[in-house]
Amino acid sequence: MAKPDRLHFFIDPNRCIGCQSCVQACSECDTHRGESMIHLEFVDRAQSVQTVPVVCMHCEQPTCAEVCPADAIKRTADGVVQSARKPRCIACGNCVAACPFGVPEVYESRKLMMKCDMCYDRTSIGRKPMCATVCPSQALFYGTREEIDRLRPSSAPINQFQFGQQTITTQVFVMTPRALATRAARVDVTAALDEQPSARSVLLKMVPPDAAPVARQAVPADPFAGMEA
Amino acid sequence: MSDATQSRDLEAITTAPDRRPADLQPAWRQDFPIDWPLDQYVERRDFVKFLVLTSGALAVGQVAIVAQNWLRRRQGRPEMRRVAALADIPVGGSLLFRYPGEHDTNVLVRLGPEELVAYSQKCTHLSCAVIPEPDKNVLHCPCHEGFFDLRSGAPIAGPPRRPLPRITLEVRGGEVFATGVEYRTS
Repeated sequence: MAKPDRLHFFIDPNRCIGCQSCVQACSECDTHRGESMIHLEFVDRAQSVQTVPVVCMHCEQPTCAEVCPADAIKRTADGVVQSARKPRCIACGNCVAACPFGVPEVYESRKLMMKCDMCYDRTSIGRKPMCATVCPSQALFYGTREEIDRLRPSSAPINQFQFGQQTITTQVFVMTPRALATRAARVDVTAALDEQPSARSVLLKMVPPDAAPVARQAVPADPFAGMEA
Repeated sequence: MSDATQSRDLEAITTAPDRRPADLQPAWRQDFPIDWPLDQYVERRDFVKFLVLTSGALAVGQVAIVAQNWLRRRQGRPEMRRVAALADIPVGGSLLFRYPGEHDTNVLVRLGPEELVAYSQKCTHLSCAVIPEPDKNVLHCPCHEGFFDLRSGAPIAGPPRRPLPRITLEVRGGEVFATGVEYRTS
């Protein structure tokens, strides 16, 4: 059983009304015992009521798994990054510190990290994740690319994000204004942190496809290379 | 080889952060893959290695047990040795002594005027020293709360599963002598 390749997860923060439906639906799921794996974040609570639902983006190079010292975070062949394996997880919290999207959370009482696994019990048999079934404004949408293109003609999905020198490609798409998405390949998240939106305009620092990740500085290839036997 | 590599490459979907191919990655990356299928995958060679090594270890262990028994039997009964004068041990009192070797500590308990028992002090669980508690009729191992029956040395509670080795005793003319060690399995 695996998540069908044609079905994708799309997040459209613009449509989020902060109703907490996804949080409640998520916490009803048995596989993570009453805890909600969704973080419903306020963007700038002092200035705006805008909220953003944060689910796991299911990176192609999961940083959480890269930093896990206990080899507990695994990614299934369909690209879904699973919650920590309970027998392995030591609740060190490395993944919490490392995840650029702030998804994993350590449950100290259970000595376990748990994170959104795209409702693997549901998506692996072709169903929608809990949150996407209840979202009234469909800010969380689960379906095919054709569906999203038809339903959201003025938006385009993007799944590349630049965090400093790290470029992350994700399984989950974020909807961006189509005009911006057509001329840019990815969102520079670090730069966008400093941007101040004026009035209602959406400003996203988009990085054109030509400006490939060559701007990276020389990073020591492998700090443990010398320790290999 | 080629088949295994191919199927693994198809499943290996996680590229390392430096984006180099899997062959150029350090060995630990192959030992601890991020991908579930690779993590679950057990090579036939690894499985056979595991089978051969574990069954070999079991066989060697059996031979070692037989050899140990043979050696012990060849040594014969240890010499009889005086432990103490019977009058020095009050009823309900106990005494530590070494027998047959210098490092084999034993505990002797006088249960009644004519009733004496002695056991090796090493708990059969992890060789902690057991403490006789004649009022409760048990020998107590404080390491993991193991209890042995004081009259038979049989385990009655806790992790130990084998009885304590018994030291056979003999009383001759008011003197207590240890005459041998009785190893028991049940």
